[in-house]
Amino acid sequence: MQPNRIDREALIDLATGAAFLGSGGGGDPYYARLLGEAEIARRGAFGLVSLDSLADDALVVPCGWIGAPTVSVEKLPNGREALNGLRKLAEIMGKPIDAVMPIEIGGGNGLAPLLAAAELGIPVVDADGMGRAFPESQMAIFNIEGLSACPSVVTSSCGSLSVIETDDNLEHERQARKLSVELGGTAHMVEYPLSGADAKAHAIGGSITAAIAIGRAVREARAAGADPFAALYAALVDTGLYPHSGALFDGKIVDLERETRGGFSVGRVIIEGFNGQGRMEMEFQNENLIATVDGVVRAMVPDLITVMDRETADSITTERLRFGQRVKVVGAAAPDKLRTERALAIVGPGAFGLADAYRPIETLNDWGNG
Amino acid sequence: MRIGVDVGGTNTDAVLMDGGTVVAWTKQPTTADVGSGVAAAIGEVLSQADVPAGAVASVMVGTTHFTNALVERNKLDTVGILRLASPSGEALPPMTGWPADLADRIGSHVYLLPGGYEVDGREIAPLDETRVRAAVRELRAAGVNAIAITSVFAPVNSGMEARAAELVHEEHPEAAITLSHAIGRIGFIERENAAILNAALGSLAARVVSAFERALVEIGVQAPLYISQNDGTLISAHQAAAYPVLTIGSGPTNSMRGAAFLTGVRDAIVLDVGGTTTDVGVLANGFPRESSVSVDIGGARTNFRMPDILAIGLGGGTRIHLDPAHYEAETLADDSFRVGPDSVGFRIVEQARLFGGGTLTASDIAVAAGRAQFGDPSKLPALSQPVIDAVWARGQAMIEEAIDRMKTSRGDAVLLAVGGGNFLIPDTVRGAAQVIRPPHAAVANAVGAAIAQVGAQIEQVVSYDREPREAALDRLRGQASEQVIAAGGVPDSVEIVELEEVFLSYLPGRSAQVRVRIVADLAENAHVFDEKLTESYATQSH
Repeated sequence: MQPNRIDREALIDLATGAAFLGSGGGGDPYYARLLGEAEIARRGAFGLVSLDSLADDALVVPCGWIGAPTVSVEKLPNGREALNGLRKLAEIMGKPIDAVMPIEIGGGNGLAPLLAAAELGIPVVDADGMGRAFPESQMAIFNIEGLSACPSVVTSSCGSLSVIETDDNLEHERQARKLSVELGGTAHMVEYPLSGADAKAHAIGGSITAAIAIGRAVREARAAGADPFAALYAALVDTGLYPHSGALFDGKIVDLERETRGGFSVGRVIIEGFNGQGRMEMEFQNENLIATVDGVVRAMVPDLITVMDRETADSITTERLRFGQRVKVVGAAAPDKLRTERALAIVGPGAFGLADAYRPIETLNDWGNG
Repeated sequence: MRIGVDVGGTNTDAVLMDGGTVVAWTKQPTTADVGSGVAAAIGEVLSQADVPAGAVASVMVGTTHFTNALVERNKLDTVGILRLASPSGEALPPMTGWPADLADRIGSHVYLLPGGYEVDGREIAPLDETRVRAAVRELRAAGVNAIAITSVFAPVNSGMEARAAELVHEEHPEAAITLSHAIGRIGFIERENAAILNAALGSLAARVVSAFERALVEIGVQAPLYISQNDGTLISAHQAAAYPVLTIGSGPTNSMRGAAFLTGVRDAIVLDVGGTTTDVGVLANGFPRESSVSVDIGGARTNFRMPDILAIGLGGGTRIHLDPAHYEAETLADDSFRVGPDSVGFRIVEQARLFGGGTLTASDIAVAAGRAQFGDPSKLPALSQPVIDAVWARGQAMIEEAIDRMKTSRGDAVLLAVGGGNFLIPDTVRGAAQVIRPPHAAVANAVGAAIAQVGAQIEQVVSYDREPREAALDRLRGQASEQVIAAGGVPDSVEIVELEEVFLSYLPGRSAQVRVRIVADLAENAHVFDEKLTESYATQSH
């Protein structure tokens, strides 16, 4: 199904689905959802178009928030950030922007472009640049495929605006990250201005409708008193983007160490099984990166690892993790585009300084064919 | 001896406890002025046991008053909301996402003012003292006496909130001020919501707490008064009057702790059946299971630790909607009747058929079914057995579904049935291995208040460069445990309920502000807790 409008119910489902796909990161979608609901009440449903409908010479701009999610739950948006950035970019490009898309579908960033698009009167494209959420900008599929992040515009909630022009996407990320630290740990960025043709060739298509479908499955299962986790696993596989998924661990958070370092929220969480059975250790840098149970790796980036409330199946972003929470850790296979050799060099365990070579989640957990 | 009191919407329950033994108990109707019901209940247990007021060492009160006030949007103060964050946060003004009726009750006195701190300690904007003063003068002129102040990163640096409070005090000396850092943790919206709710409850809390105090004076009890909090620990009446929001989830916590105490069972599903609803919660190792995610209070999102409770609309006063023409039917179609969700509540003693009223209630059906004996059964209408069975079965299905939803494992759970309406839970329930109905089940929440725990909190900035993290956390845990044990806590029962660590990026080295909160059973209770445990194993093995 391809809704071309995102109404209030679809927005809530999108927030639920994006929270899962964030793999712990991308920011808590709750705030983005509140903003979206207010906008829908004012102006009606958001417009959504498919990748196919884009003209080859259209200008499509991915955008989203960068910085430490721990900061973003304290220092809230001003509301003008995305709009200011997009207007500046249009000025630099010398032409109007035809559509926006989330740079990452995960977390609050999956919803981030909706408002600015509505205010500019342009649609959001049903696609994104990561198929989940990643901590760094060069981890987008567009960099993996050799496209430039620049020109890009970073804006803050205090009104500042900076244009970044570099030849190198890693250097772009470094500059943007440094800026986000200077701006108080969180900033908004529009980047990777794309032609319609490039967007069609490389973006992760259908990820917004996938997130909505995932959220809807969980909502409907809850309402019917059915198991929301089973519904989630089935819905993920049905999207065609996330072919395997299941539970990795069940337990209680007994230790949590996290700090804001260099613009990231980095840390480690330890979850103990009930009745003292087993211990999961998980590392995160904004997103959950690697999960081991009793020393055995069970999932690693770019596959998705999400901590969820074990009763309600609400996803818990890394900034909302707390000592004592009773959780279920759920894993899912990353989209195929993120598992190529070329992609793994940029988004695989090695890119995060992890020693382990990438092994697919379905192999690590013996999940067979989904 | 201690007195535990639970002030519910329908009944005020009291127990007098000597160590772990319930010496006397009573259930009195809750009165409109609260205090006289409390005085009557305390007076009753003292006279039952023939104990002088002077022998009471402490009084613990649990109340759902503040929760009800928020749920019913009743007796709330208009709040002046000062947010020190601009220009950040303007996209999400205070009370965004709140139910409109609650926001309307609080009013629209919202001031988005410059201020707050960045994560690295800089100011987002300096506090504009002139604008704060101007806002407060407006509030004063408008007769707004409750003020909530929230600034960005206040849990790390409360300086700006404190300075704003001084200004408020200078301009509006009568105002009651709530500062967000005193209540909540990192998470701006949730902390601000909690501060606003707290401010809105200000005059009600002051009235209710002083009514409790007057009730004690009236009957000559001079013991200190404590109010129970969400996590089952106590705060002084004085603290509760200033921070009522901290007591908001204490009702279910008290009944679950009371159920655990009375049965000695530490892992079970607790059904607390009241007049209007049944609260279903899960006991894990003697403590209520907590909700992992943010909890809505009255529809507003906060980040308190709250017990994970499922409330269903079935209680002793629940109305049974059934056409009297069908009362003696031979068969009853599923859609020809409805159980609740409305209830006659405290008016059950006038309105239920059992008491000569005209409303058919769940209690009437229970008595007709022979599940309970009270009231005057001769006043019941003639009901055919199929009708009684059908209505009873509907209620049972609601209970079974709720149990199923709260279960965490496939096996049959132990069920603890407490509360005044516990007769609605039969001795065998599908999905339950065993139903335990402890003595004094009807006043389990008053028992829970009486056995409330002691708690201690330590908050300190630690440099992990100077002291390794593990060592520092161990030291803080140790200090908090010592405090709790010194306050009468039993070492074996010590439990960490909170460990929060906020890294302070603007201090040299790796520094973090660490908060450790620890609770423990009071010594005299734990002893009995263990005895009960042995007893209950003994009864299970016969």
